[in-house]
Amino acid sequence: MAAPAATQYGGPDIDAAGQQLFDELIAEDSRIEPRDWMPEAYRKSLTRQISQHAHSEIIGMQPEANWITRAPSLKRKAILMAKVQDEAGHGLYLYSAAETLGTPRDKMTEDLIAGKARYSSIFNYPVLTWADIGAIGWLVDGAAICNQVPLCRASYGPYGRAMVRICKEESFHQRQGFEILLELANGTQAQRDMAQDAINRWYAPSLMMFGPPDDDSPNSKQSMAWNIKRFSNDELRSRFVGMIAEQVKALGLTLPDPDVRFNEDTGKWEHGPLDWEEFKEVLAGRGPCNAQRMERRREAHEDGAWVREAAAAYADKQARRAAPATEAA
Amino acid sequence: MTGGSTTGDDGSTAPAPGPAEKRQPWPLWEVFVRSSRGLSHVHAGSLHAPDADMALRNARDLYTRRNEGVSLWVVPSSAIITSDPSAKEQFFESPQGKDYRHATYYTKSEGVKHL
Ligand SMILES: [Fe+2]
Ligand SMILES: [Fe+2]
Repeated sequence: MAAPAATQYGGPDIDAAGQQLFDELIAEDSRIEPRDWMPEAYRKSLTRQISQHAHSEIIGMQPEANWITRAPSLKRKAILMAKVQDEAGHGLYLYSAAETLGTPRDKMTEDLIAGKARYSSIFNYPVLTWADIGAIGWLVDGAAICNQVPLCRASYGPYGRAMVRICKEESFHQRQGFEILLELANGTQAQRDMAQDAINRWYAPSLMMFGPPDDDSPNSKQSMAWNIKRFSNDELRSRFVGMIAEQVKALGLTLPDPDVRFNEDTGKWEHGPLDWEEFKEVLAGRGPCNAQRMERRREAHEDGAWVREAAAAYADKQARRAAPATEAA
Repeated sequence: MTGGSTTGDDGSTAPAPGPAEKRQPWPLWEVFVRSSRGLSHVHAGSLHAPDADMALRNARDLYTRRNEGVSLWVVPSSAIITSDPSAKEQFFESPQGKDYRHATYYTKSEGVKHL
């Protein structure tokens, strides 16, 4: 490609002026909008983060949807369906936000199906009992809320706006999960045991949802400098631990971590060591449910192909009928 | 170490390009929601749909699951004309020296009631 003239879009002058305006907007904690000039690395990093977030919402429907038929009452089925439908909506809000950066949604879907894109490792764990649905709502959606509330102020406008919409819906997710556990905790001994077992299994994976420790999180610094991320992984994890350490008392159950404590000196909540080797394994595709989740996603996409084609063909036909004159000659 | 947080902040790189699209992608629509009578339609977000009917139905399912609206508009995104953000100064006239367009400019009448 020939070097563009200085006055052309993307030319050196535009880039310099664009960078200056971008830096000013970030410095005054304002927002970047889709048609603004932005550094290529900012665009790439956001596309990766937002699309990965969208994929997580979409894959995240699977473990819960599997339990709709087995939910113990009509009310619980209706609640779980509403939650799963919300997660589909979250995925779509986020794909829309990512698209404004220039990558089409179909491309992101293809990348997910082809196994080229990542999603949150949490959804590669199995959901063994009804109590797990409670633990997921309380711990997994709870951790997601901790992560997402600061993202409402992310410097990229469409991402922040999507997060505002999502956060409004998330609090119901967490509360319905907590209520499931509360009901089990007030039930028979077997039900209490089931609730405790679910908490035992979901505790560590939900803490790892905040991502690797700060000293092993290479992108965090840049992301914070760009006002995308507002708090570090460890900071958010510590806050989350503090919240659930209190909340678990209302259940009369315990967290499976004797090292959870509030450190008076640092003013922060602490937790025991996490198995980051397991985290890496799950991310590398060797978690208990990776293959199953990907296969299910692929199947759903392929099974839906005829619907997408039929809808497109119908739209074409309607458009031709509506404008017969322009089609002639 | 890479990957894993819900929010995708994990240190991995952008996904590589996928296979070519076989089907024409569905057009993009912008969705506007009137939250209650007496208020304007406000932009809520966007979605993909093959035609206007489906866009409306999708918009209902996506943006009004909790009674957020009493009326919806869907507009093909391609039909929206946008001002150029980089032409900010030339396009939007400077407000400088035009304080007289605001009521606060008129201070002599201070103390006069209901004005
Ligand atoms: Fe969600
Ligand atoms: Fe959720």
